[in-house]
Amino acid sequence: MIPFNILVMICLVYVAGLFIVAFVAERRASAGKVSWLRSPLVYTLSLSVYCTAWTFYGAVGYAARSGLEYMAIYTGPTIVFIGWWWALRKLVRIGRTQRITSIADLISSRYGKSNALGVIVTLMAVVGTTPYIALQLQSVTLSFAVFAREGTSGWALPDLNATALWIAAGLALFTVLFGTRNLDANERHHGVVTAIALEAIVKLVALLAVGIFVVWGVAGGVGEMLTRIAESELGETQFRAGRWVGLTFLSAAAIMTLPRMFQVLVVENADEDHLATASWAFPLYLCLMSLFVLPIAVIGLTTLPDGSNPDLFVLTIPLSQGREGLAALSFLGGFSSATSMVIVAAIALSTMVSNHIVMPLWLYFGDGKTATMSGDVRKVVLTARRLSIAGVLVLGYLYYRLTGGTEALAAIGLISFTGVAQVLPALLGGIFWRGANLRGAASGLIIGFAVWAYTLFLPSFGPGAVFSADLLANGPWGISILRPQALFGVTGMDPVVHAVFWSMVLNSAAFFGVSLFGFPSPLERLQGAQFVNVFEHSRAAHSWAHGAAEAEDLLMMAQRIIGPEEAQALFQKAAERQGKMGYLPDTTPEFLEHLERELSGSVGGATAHAMVSQIVGRSSVSVEDLMAVADETAQMLEYQQKLESQSEELSRTARQLQEANEKLTELSVQKDAFLSQISHELRTPMTSIRAFSEILMDVDGLSTEEQAKYSSIIHDEAIRLTRLLDDLLDLSVLERGQVTLNEQTGNLRDLVDRAIAATASLGEAGRMRIERDRLAENVMLHTDTDRLSQVFINLIANAYKYCDADEPVLTIRARRQTGEVVLDFVDNGSGIPKKSQTIIFEKFSRLSDQSSAGGAGLGLAICREIMANLGGSIDYLPGQGGAAFRVTLPVAEAQAA
Amino acid sequence: MGKTVLLIEDEPNIIEAIRFILLRDGWTVQTHSDGETAYDAVRDTMPDVVILDVMLPGRSGFDILREIRTTDTTAHLPVLMLTAKGQVRDRELAEQIGVNRFMTKPFSNTDVLASVRELTGG
Amino acid sequence: MKPPRNPTFLARQSYRRRRVRDSARLLPVLGMFLFLLPLLGGPQGETRTAVQLVYLFVSWFGLILAAGILARLLRYRARDGADGDANGDPT
Repeated sequence: MIPFNILVMICLVYVAGLFIVAFVAERRASAGKVSWLRSPLVYTLSLSVYCTAWTFYGAVGYAARSGLEYMAIYTGPTIVFIGWWWALRKLVRIGRTQRITSIADLISSRYGKSNALGVIVTLMAVVGTTPYIALQLQSVTLSFAVFAREGTSGWALPDLNATALWIAAGLALFTVLFGTRNLDANERHHGVVTAIALEAIVKLVALLAVGIFVVWGVAGGVGEMLTRIAESELGETQFRAGRWVGLTFLSAAAIMTLPRMFQVLVVENADEDHLATASWAFPLYLCLMSLFVLPIAVIGLTTLPDGSNPDLFVLTIPLSQGREGLAALSFLGGFSSATSMVIVAAIALSTMVSNHIVMPLWLYFGDGKTATMSGDVRKVVLTARRLSIAGVLVLGYLYYRLTGGTEALAAIGLISFTGVAQVLPALLGGIFWRGANLRGAASGLIIGFAVWAYTLFLPSFGPGAVFSADLLANGPWGISILRPQALFGVTGMDPVVHAVFWSMVLNSAAFFGVSLFGFPSPLERLQGAQFVNVFEHSRAAHSWAHGAAEAEDLLMMAQRIIGPEEAQALFQKAAERQGKMGYLPDTTPEFLEHLERELSGSVGGATAHAMVSQIVGRSSVSVEDLMAVADETAQMLEYQQKLESQSEELSRTARQLQEANEKLTELSVQKDAFLSQISHELRTPMTSIRAFSEILMDVDGLSTEEQAKYSSIIHDEAIRLTRLLDDLLDLSVLERGQVTLNEQTGNLRDLVDRAIAATASLGEAGRMRIERDRLAENVMLHTDTDRLSQVFINLIANAYKYCDADEPVLTIRARRQTGEVVLDFVDNGSGIPKKSQTIIFEKFSRLSDQSSAGGAGLGLAICREIMANLGGSIDYLPGQGGAAFRVTLPVAEAQAA
Repeated sequence: MGKTVLLIEDEPNIIEAIRFILLRDGWTVQTHSDGETAYDAVRDTMPDVVILDVMLPGRSGFDILREIRTTDTTAHLPVLMLTAKGQVRDRELAEQIGVNRFMTKPFSNTDVLASVRELTGG
Repeated sequence: MKPPRNPTFLARQSYRRRRVRDSARLLPVLGMFLFLLPLLGGPQGETRTAVQLVYLFVSWFGLILAAGILARLLRYRARDGADGDANGDPT
């Protein structure tokens, strides 16, 4: 007999293994190596969160009681998967194009980004899933108890409640660690998915091992096994048609609507092709999981003493045969089933709760200015998620404490399925029928949910718990047609089938009926068209017309939500697509739509829409948008698409041309200015030189003092002339790339130190405060350090000269990225006006051309050329408050000193 | 007591040089180096001749010349313009507005002196 | 009155592609049929469990095999898809 504490050790080692697997997967993912993490195999295995402890232990128990009926729990999903071409393919495509984060988000987005609907689905999911989590806790504690009870050595019988509490806490820790590491734009969790895939293998191997042992080890072969089945009390099966059909339907619905299934099936999907593999591989997994269920049940019934709990046959058969290793494996299988379900369910629920309940509240109390207000939205979202995960597990634990060990919990699997299946009409209607609308969906959901609660969930607590025995037997106020388990006088039906039947019928009737009479809002109609015709136009809907949105404001907001690097990359790419340079694309409807979808990956559709609305200043849809809906025949769409792609191409080229032209005009104006400027800069010192040399030559009787003074003027002006010529030559050498670099190794921090020291002599240097992160600057570089400090000196000197804040502050931020180091110089002045941002790197582009504030306006031009020669770049970074320059430099061998 | 020259120029070394030449020749030299207030200086000083630089901080020399010419009290003042840009277009523009003499930097000291004398009829 | 979006006759290759998609759509119907067949069992719907067990698993494996072949074909077709629509099928 395995001592109990050894079992606990096995568990701990296993959990530690999961942590390591998840950690390694996250590391690899963040290093960009996701290929094997995102294979169709991992996807398929992650789908196995469908098989929880309830299926692992409970299927055998179910088979021992009702024969083959347990298979209905697997045949439903099988039909849905082999029929992937119908619904799953569409769901996955919609999930990907619309950046859906959860099933609540899908329903909310489809029906006009209605948050009310999101809240309804979220609440339903929480109510439906909490008992299910309690069930997992119970199954693990029960399986622990099996070993503890039979064990002769080791710890005393553990306190079951304490065990459940520890398990819940451990799961919360894992989920928080790997489920909320960051706000992935696509809501994907590589670590979690990989760990889940591993757990899938463990539970499959465990169940197959027990099955093989039973068939070949105990029964003695397939033939003998079949004989034993025939001779057992399960030898004759009476299919109860209602149950069989009802359960098949229910499990088929659940595979699409369970929050955890939606999470792994749609949200975590990395490639649509993976679904094609899963279409046969997942049914195969289910088939293998159920292959030995009946044999195990029969052997359990015939070999174990009467009264043994059939739900634990998977454990007790190996134990009774003295196969302790096998029993331990089987225990791990059950443990895997339970933990994977709880982890994924907690992630799915926390996403829903934070996106549909916490964030809208936060926005609401943020006084309408939240989107542009200071503060990191990401922190709020992450905290909300972490708290939600803990909350969900606490709820599960409390539910377990309240109802643990009762009938209510054992039956909760099917009850939970029926609850979440209420989303099905709104889901399928939403993706196949454009006429489905918000009111219809809300009515269907609420009615279905109410009927479910009334006919199945509340009565499941038993007579006298919620409903009195009298109410159950005779209906409320003695109205017999309202009897919870015999609604409208329909008696003799199995309670589950009865509830499924009435809830789905009334749900669908309300959904279709109300939809038929309602008239959807414009945004809803657009979303409807998007969802239903997702394959015809995977492009975004026009819910944004030209607004007065400032790209810079949007960039500021996006930086707070998805992080500065991602946001800047996103904006830069969008600008590039429009044929523009820099970080600020035009706020075209396409761009806004795209941005909104990216944001919704972090905070959910409705919230993202609300936030963008706050900035763009409009949330309704324009007349043109409505026209687009009205005219949207299939014919039109096809032509429109062709035309659009061409005109898009054209307008992109036109924009590029226009920009080039603008630049040329600007340059030619600048060339003239350049010539006069150069002439001016050269002639001014020359004038002094000539005038004073003439004085020295022609005038007699100059005092020695005067002679000395005038010679020194000539000398200074000659130096000024030389410096100017040096700069010009420097620039032309750099521009032609003929410069010889004097490469050496140096520390970035030392270079910045040197640059600050070199500029300290400037007049106003004392007035400006410089903020640095010396730790982050600790990077070894191999480059031309003199040239690089020249760039830094220039930038710091510019800040001294031009920062017009009352208390000028220059912030220098250093950051390491893959293969490069990024250094930002940000001051708190008024920055550079947008129209000048594109020309500041040109020669002589001193912004106030009359001011002779020192140099000739060659500084930034030289900086740009230097950086290009060093293989890096320097850019102006908009949206940072003041003037901000970003210096990017490649790091050959990344090495922190 | 010599006649007065108002020198409007922003480069300190050039101011120094011109002032030296003119002082030695017996002129009274007043200087002003800001473009924006330069016209006020002309009106207040009412010099015998104005030497005006083209590139000034705040306001271009052409604008100042235009104001001198379009205001009755100052329209008659002789103006000598100095420029470092040396483009033909600038000379044409200055003559169009009504400059009396236009010189390109660097200049010869004797030329400046001769021009100033000539403009005041000396 | 809308003009036809698709040509009346298709090249052999696209014709085959469409039939593969039709098969993919029909497979779950076949699955439902196979899984519901046991209900017709004996006169009282009573049958021998061992026989049913073998029947159900054989059908199940058959369906998985068919789905596997179709998935391969569909992906294969979608890749070289000349008419480029793994999507907008004529319906």
